[in-house]
Amino acid sequence: MSTTIVSRRRFDMPALLAWFVVTMVVVGLFMPIFKPDIGVMEVPKLAVCLVILAIAGVRYELGFMRNWIGDVALGLVTAVAAWLLIDTASDYAGEATIGFWALTAAAWAASWLFVERLAIWKSRSQAATRIINLVIPALFGITILVIWQLVVTGAGVPKVLLPAPSEIWVRLTGSVPILWADFQQTFLKAVLAGYFIGCGSAFLTAILVDRVPFLRRGLLPIGNLVSALPIIGVAPIMVMWFGFDWPSKAAVVIIMTFFPMLVNTVSGLAASDAMQRDLMRTYASSYWQTLFKLRLPMAMPFIFNALKINSTLALIGAIVAEFFGTPIVGMGFRISTEVGRMNVDMVWAEIAIAALAGSLFYGIVALLERAVTFWHPSMRR
Amino acid sequence: MTALASAKDTEMVVNKNSASPNRVIDIDNLSLTFETNDGPVHALSDIDLKIDEGDFVSFIGPSGCGKTTLLRVIADLERPTAGSITVNGVSPEEARLNRAYGYVFQAAALYPWRTIARNIALPLEIMGLGKDVQQHRIKKNMELVNLSGFEKKYPWQLSGGMQQRASIARALAVEPDLLLMDEPFGALDEIVRDHLNEQLLQLWAKTNKTVVFVTHSIPEAVFLSTKIVVLCPRPGRIYDIIDSDLPRDRNLDIRETPEFLKIAHRVRDGLRAGHSYED
Ligand SMILES: Nc1ncnc2c1ncn2[C@@H]1O[C@H](COP(=O)(O)OP(=O)(O)OP(=O)(O)O)[C@@H](O)[C@H]1O
Ligand SMILES: [Mg+2]
Repeated sequence: MSTTIVSRRRFDMPALLAWFVVTMVVVGLFMPIFKPDIGVMEVPKLAVCLVILAIAGVRYELGFMRNWIGDVALGLVTAVAAWLLIDTASDYAGEATIGFWALTAAAWAASWLFVERLAIWKSRSQAATRIINLVIPALFGITILVIWQLVVTGAGVPKVLLPAPSEIWVRLTGSVPILWADFQQTFLKAVLAGYFIGCGSAFLTAILVDRVPFLRRGLLPIGNLVSALPIIGVAPIMVMWFGFDWPSKAAVVIIMTFFPMLVNTVSGLAASDAMQRDLMRTYASSYWQTLFKLRLPMAMPFIFNALKINSTLALIGAIVAEFFGTPIVGMGFRISTEVGRMNVDMVWAEIAIAALAGSLFYGIVALLERAVTFWHPSMRR
Repeated sequence: MTALASAKDTEMVVNKNSASPNRVIDIDNLSLTFETNDGPVHALSDIDLKIDEGDFVSFIGPSGCGKTTLLRVIADLERPTAGSITVNGVSPEEARLNRAYGYVFQAAALYPWRTIARNIALPLEIMGLGKDVQQHRIKKNMELVNLSGFEKKYPWQLSGGMQQRASIARALAVEPDLLLMDEPFGALDEIVRDHLNEQLLQLWAKTNKTVVFVTHSIPEAVFLSTKIVVLCPRPGRIYDIIDSDLPRDRNLDIRETPEFLKIAHRVRDGLRAGHSYED
């Protein structure tokens, strides 16, 4: 008795969502869609959108085709509805009223319902679970982009405030050579060089600090001090020291990444427990043997923690540092100049590139971590 | 290898000169006090113990009486605060650096990033043995502890008892002349324990190893040992040393014989007396 009560959800989310879809469709039917007083039936594409959403919502409520065919149909309907909304919104930019927003809400609820239905298929097989685990965040991202697009075009948000994703996309695909040059300058040169030198030298310093204990008392506070330096103070100095080109940005990245790596590696090297060290002692293992066979493997979760933190810090550092003087190329340079020219879509294109590159960078480090520290309790499956 | 061989030569010279020819461990008036925040803990006090080559010595006593500490002193994992100790005629530190012993810890202490086979290979790698020697010893010792087929598993995929057996295989793979074992079979069930007791005894009889063995089990101590050391706590000291006159060549049936029971009784009496000391 009690177990069935516990295992049941407090309310039936999919049913609630389907009701919401139906309600919003009804609102869309009776309220004006666009200014001044255009009804949904005057816009054929939106009429189609309304009808298919209504069918999808009612079908789910009636319990008809609650199987994979119904779910696939729901996904298709949602996609088509979103596309119809986007397509018409650009023809009536800034004119949207209650009815349009109701349909937007209905499409959004339909996509949520679709995700809820997808989650049900998870338990079927390992492969299905893996695919769905990838699909759900992707759908989430797409939903956000669609809503962004609809809100910006429908409400007529000025481009300088927030350009629509479609505009950003057009700008992005239209300026590939510039974006690539910026990416090369900032990411492939400054970020990667700074990241590898910063993390590498911090790692070696950590081992030195470990080997020569009195250095710990001297070096760690200095490292702490350097990491506390504000980047906007350091960047101009680095430009004066290393010139306008990428080495000065790499230097900023080194400063930013050094300390997290140093501290994490030092505490990682102390992570092995007494019995594991005693074991090495009984083998008369040398310092370096103990380091490589016990203490470094044990430190890997800590080290990867720092590598992950630094992968995002490095990108931020390099972009911000470019605000303080660069040759006429680089992501930070582009952002600061295009903002001045009110070319906000270019700024957003750079932001999109930076977000993508940062996520990929982080993802690669996280994958490496998974491969190296597979044994750690947090990674075991 | 050559370092090891020359260490053995010097040890033989030392042995020839000393009073008893095959003394492996010589503990004289040894005490150890831990300085803790709550004041000193007298873990060991006035220990006198001689262990000869080929002895199988068991430490038995209530929890906290210093069995592990004494074993750790022999292994140079702990420094005595008074008295003297030699291992193979030299200081414990030198003996450790000569890789004179294999140590089985109370917990398995396997490295989770190494497979079972690679865990057993760990000391062999450190000693710089060749790959084929390593393979041979891994195979032999995994068979000995009945773990064949688990070479590629990771420690966390094994039960506690299997992990403990892997750690025994790891210590045996070093093929030391002196084996220090801290409750190695504590985590195992009775049948596996019996089996490993027999295996250990055979190994000992065959190779003339010296074994120092910590246990809480009276039958295990009596079955395995030529010498049983009964310790009692606060401060940790030796209450009784019982030389067993059971034949070296024994099997599990010996546990029913009157001679066996007589020794077991004496051990039990010693343990009782040690306990009642506290009250
Ligand atoms: N590193 C240490 N610091 C302080 N006290 C210690 C330390 N190690 C052991 N002791 C103390 O020394 C005493 C003996 O401990 P030991 O571990 O040798 O006992 P034991 O006989 O092996 O017990 P058990 O059978 O439970 O394993 C205990 O009172 C313990 O609290
Ligand atoms: Mg103990």
